[in-house]
Amino acid sequence: MPAAPWQPSALTAEPLVQLVDHAGQRRVDDVSAPYEPLARALDADALRTFYRDMTLTRRFDEESTSLQRQGELALFTQSKGQEAAQIGSAHAMRPQDWAFPAYREHGVLLVRGVPLRQELHLFRGIDHGGWDTEQHRVHLNTLVIGSHALHATGYAMGMSRDGLVGTGDPTKDEATVVYFGDGATSQGDVSEAFNFAAVNQAPIVFFCQNNQWAISVPGELQYRGPLSRRGEGFGVPGVRVDGNDALAVYAVTKTALDKARAGGGPTLIEAVTFRRGAHTTSDDPTRYRSETEEKYWAERDPIDRIVALLKAEGAWSDSFAARVQAEGDEFADELRTYVRSLGRPDPMTMFDNVYTTPHAINEAEREWMRQYDASFKKGGSR
Amino acid sequence: MNQPSQMVLAKALGQAMRAALAADEKVVLMGEDIGPLGGVFRVTDGLQAEFGTDRVVDTPLAESGIVGTAIGLALRGYRPVVEIQFDGFVFPAFDQITTQLAKLHSRSRGRLRVPVVIRIPFGGGIGAVEHHSESPEALFAHTAGLRVVSPANPADAYVMLQEAISSDDPVIFLEPKGQYWTKGDVDLAAGPYGSAAVAGPAVTQRFDTLNKARIAREGDDVTLIAYGPSVATALKAAAAAETEGTSIEVVDLRAISPFDMATVNSSVAKTGRAIVVHEAPVFFGAGGELAARITEECFYELEAPVLRVGGFHAPYPPAKIEHEYLPGLDRVLDAVDRSLSF
Ligand SMILES: Cc1ncc(C[n+]2csc(CCOP(=O)(O)OP(=O)(O)O)c2C)c(N)n1
Repeated sequence: MPAAPWQPSALTAEPLVQLVDHAGQRRVDDVSAPYEPLARALDADALRTFYRDMTLTRRFDEESTSLQRQGELALFTQSKGQEAAQIGSAHAMRPQDWAFPAYREHGVLLVRGVPLRQELHLFRGIDHGGWDTEQHRVHLNTLVIGSHALHATGYAMGMSRDGLVGTGDPTKDEATVVYFGDGATSQGDVSEAFNFAAVNQAPIVFFCQNNQWAISVPGELQYRGPLSRRGEGFGVPGVRVDGNDALAVYAVTKTALDKARAGGGPTLIEAVTFRRGAHTTSDDPTRYRSETEEKYWAERDPIDRIVALLKAEGAWSDSFAARVQAEGDEFADELRTYVRSLGRPDPMTMFDNVYTTPHAINEAEREWMRQYDASFKKGGSR
Repeated sequence: MNQPSQMVLAKALGQAMRAALAADEKVVLMGEDIGPLGGVFRVTDGLQAEFGTDRVVDTPLAESGIVGTAIGLALRGYRPVVEIQFDGFVFPAFDQITTQLAKLHSRSRGRLRVPVVIRIPFGGGIGAVEHHSESPEALFAHTAGLRVVSPANPADAYVMLQEAISSDDPVIFLEPKGQYWTKGDVDLAAGPYGSAAVAGPAVTQRFDTLNKARIAREGDDVTLIAYGPSVATALKAAAAAETEGTSIEVVDLRAISPFDMATVNSSVAKTGRAIVVHEAPVFFGAGGELAARITEECFYELEAPVLRVGGFHAPYPPAKIEHEYLPGLDRVLDAVDRSLSF
């Protein structure tokens, strides 16, 4: 008897919204039907934009990974394999919405206009974040797992208090999307966020990228109940979507955001995807993951899928592909040059912005450091 | 007599857990990624393969959950040794540690014991991103009921971790991650579980590392008091000072709570000068407590005020400037000069 083909451990019995299969064919069933019109409404240009953004995100991954290998970055967190989940969901947001990322949401940042090169400051060790959060409506990366689910919920509660939910004016109504992984759902903070969001009917979308692994720990050691239903007991309905299908992700997220902005409360989206790279550049997935599993997901790569779709629908041309390729080359070039040109921050900056108003100890230590430094410059003792 | 083996500090810690797992079936390891991966620093490498998934448990990603369930297991007679992946991630468990773990023994009027060890890679200097280089020892030392310790070399790491596991008190075991790859001699027969690690007679030697400091280097002019990662810095400073004719004694505290005042006092009585070195911010840090006690207990022997060298009252900075934040050789020697100039 031949061995059964390898199956992902994510609970396969749960309904899954999928609008494009991994061969690039559109499909629709009872579960996905309500979302189908939203995906149909995307024209060829919109689909090409998805492809472009996914490709640039992948390019960012590749470039940043090699910069890390060359010692230019201390660490990097790849998003390879998760591009559809990120690009699809980010395109479902309106300009006035807010995103609260974890640390591998490069595709979301790209769509929101955060200069990705600035994200690399954190990984190069020259700052802890620092982009203009208001301008892009993207909160800073959060490295402590799950803690930002509560911040995003509170932020969304503020949107309601400010009267920017359910006004009926599509240019005014706001909502928040918070991104986290399957591992994060184990944290108390995430459950607490579900509860606060439900109690307050906050305009928030909990976007869980179930990439199957929390570093080396697989889903079956993190949770037993289906993640898409994790919010139900709290009053947060859930949807499970094929996270490698950008169209399905887009449609599902847009539906949840429209509901949230209209005052319909929170939704949890579980995007079933796969982290094709290592957890970070310090990780060694060969210790815990099989080639069979990696191959299964390589065959379901989100970028291949959208290429297949574009081709199937006659929206693909070699000149378009070449344009995106050229744009990627230029982007990668700039990124490399930029990262290599980054100097060290002035050490005195560590005393800046610790408090908003003067603090005696902070000021005294700054002054001590200044004099200590000056003593070397005067050709002092050592 | 056993031949000492050369190994890095991370390996010594793994061997200590291996010995404890072999000797006492109640010892259980719990943490994120400690199984097939062997922990992000590979400290638990190979232990799950050897002892099974019941003894070496990959947990869900939830620090409060890890410590909270470890408390329950300890109440049930187990000896959980939990790994927190990085110093900056212990805080979701801070409530469990400070309000529950630290207090159950006293609340139960001594009836309950919660022998939980919480291993935390701590300290900076490895070029990591935010939350990966913290020094939270003062927060734990300020909590009565917890013992807080940090080894400075592989031999101590091996014995101290075993002593922490065999202790009936909860122990916050701070592993100087910048020293994980430092090599040294380790006597595998040493420590309360050491005899399980090697064939042969049990070692009767008592180390008492949770209570006893160690003179890491003898000297006459100034006492440097340090623990964990700062011991290496203090020893380097002592070697450098020697070339200028200054003789420095280095006390490696090993345990921060409680610290061994007797050893500190006798060293300060000899040299008349004391400088405390740690990576954590000086402001409200362990050095303040040591300085105050030294002043009280060695007032008449002191030739200079007790000085402190440490981090600033600022968030741990980005990696590219962490060496300006950390107390390095130069800042320690500067303090030595200041002390000598009084
Ligand atoms: C509170 C906390 N504990 C531990 C860590 C270390 N850590 C960083 S990422 C990670 C795994 C996260 O897995 P998941 O939530 O599934 O997200 P993914 O990285 O797969 O996107 C762990 C354990 C952390 N950053 N924060």
